[in-house]
Amino acid sequence: MLIKKPEDIKSSEITDKEVFLSRRLFMRGAALAATAVGTAWVYRQFASPSQDSKIGEKITGVRSAAESASQSTSEAKTALQDITHYNNFYEFSTDKRAVASLAKNFVTRPWTIAVGGLVHKPGTFDIDALRRLYTPEERVYRHRCVEGWSMVIPWIGFPLARILDQVQPMSNARFVAFETLADANQMPNIGTKILDWPYVEGLRLDEAMHPLTILSVGLYGETLLPQNGAPLRLVVPWKYGFKGIKSIIKIHLLETMPPATWNLANSSEYGFYSNVNPNVDHPRWSQRTEQRIGESGKRETLLFNGYADQVASLYSGMDLKVNF
Amino acid sequence: MQDIRFLKFVIFVNAFVPLTLLALDGYHHKLGANPHEFATRATGVLTLLFLLLSLAVTPARKMLGQPWLAKFRRMLGLFGFFYGGLHLLTYVWFDKVFQMQAIVADVGKRPFIMVGMTSFLLLVPLAITSNTRMIRWLGGKRWNQLHRLAYVAAAGGAIHFYMLVKADTRVPLLFAGALGILLGYRILNKYFPRYTERPLARAAGKAAKLAHGNSQETL
Repeated sequence: MLIKKPEDIKSSEITDKEVFLSRRLFMRGAALAATAVGTAWVYRQFASPSQDSKIGEKITGVRSAAESASQSTSEAKTALQDITHYNNFYEFSTDKRAVASLAKNFVTRPWTIAVGGLVHKPGTFDIDALRRLYTPEERVYRHRCVEGWSMVIPWIGFPLARILDQVQPMSNARFVAFETLADANQMPNIGTKILDWPYVEGLRLDEAMHPLTILSVGLYGETLLPQNGAPLRLVVPWKYGFKGIKSIIKIHLLETMPPATWNLANSSEYGFYSNVNPNVDHPRWSQRTEQRIGESGKRETLLFNGYADQVASLYSGMDLKVNF
Repeated sequence: MQDIRFLKFVIFVNAFVPLTLLALDGYHHKLGANPHEFATRATGVLTLLFLLLSLAVTPARKMLGQPWLAKFRRMLGLFGFFYGGLHLLTYVWFDKVFQMQAIVADVGKRPFIMVGMTSFLLLVPLAITSNTRMIRWLGGKRWNQLHRLAYVAAAGGAIHFYMLVKADTRVPLLFAGALGILLGYRILNKYFPRYTERPLARAAGKAAKLAHGNSQETL
């Protein structure tokens, strides 16, 4: 390397002070911009704007909500984008915004549901056969999550009672247990110990037979997307959302109260019944109000999620603070 | 000196990048189905992040033997306080719609809100005494003692996060683990500085100690 002595450098070769300063300013501006872009990139890894995803298949021959008016609410429905991009489905992710994209390749065909236990006619039902077996009905239900948010969802499905009637429960059957698929190849969180997989839930038989209780196969006129529990999920509108077990593979009738996943995870916070009740707080947060998705203020939470007229009699004589 | 000023400016600008994107996403309705919850979560995580970054300055400066890194500590800590304030604001505004009674009831009833609120309140005196005049007024020793509250506030923040999640404690534990390392370093550094500091910085520290005549050790 040639090192010039000061006297070797002609004055014409010395960078002009202003040029030097503006060049330095430019370099610094570029460095600053680069770090800002880097920070923005990192932020985007954690908080990417929600994206559109695929849509379900059209379901035909649906008995509209108007025809079963007494079962449906006329409140404004939550946007499809929100229903399909704000999901608790811990098998895929504990980030509600991330479930849609992580579940998009979930395989729901072929799919069978085994119904057995204390029944006279146990059987295994193919999901497509099942969908043809019963006339799909639209039920616009309020949906209240235990976390304090709520939606209004136009479900499509049929009463759980239909399938139970078909398998004919034995006289000693008192409870119904449900089980979600737990497939480590398709569900990234199955490898973790966040919850005890497979996800299981249960209802008392009278709750299961109640006309409001449905097995849903779709919403907004189309088949369910994986993030909403495709191809078949339970909907019990007067209970907290986590009772609505998703992607069901097994329904079992039994005499004793079956285990329920959140109850197993933390029995002081999540009871077996988990009826929506503004008077019984979650130990860590209030259940008095709820954030209706799409609205800005808070709403008062209603006893039994507003279905008290239809279901309160199921619990007459029970202390709801003890049996929460 | 000029470089430090420029680097401070870089940190200052970068610290506003998440807030800018959060505000832009909010303005364009791209925060998802529950924007209030998202804003609360994001500002909460940013609070913890900046508190941890400010607590990482001292270990980094000692381990690398680069004393000038200390110049960035105050700004990082103040950004922690800033995001903490925003986090509190999202709760008071979105969750409680400025209803003081509901807030007081909530603080009394819910341990995780109590812990979060306390942690934020602990940061207030630190923010107030963060300027040079206050340091001079308090005196270095007392100022240092007071600012150890930052450890408590950060630990409280991590516990607050851990207490509010339903089942997936991985991210809160990550923050707690990082905080544990940063605080653990300080303990190790107190008793075994020869293993936890770069020779250069240690030699300088020792020279200072020798000058005060309170060290018998030889190099």
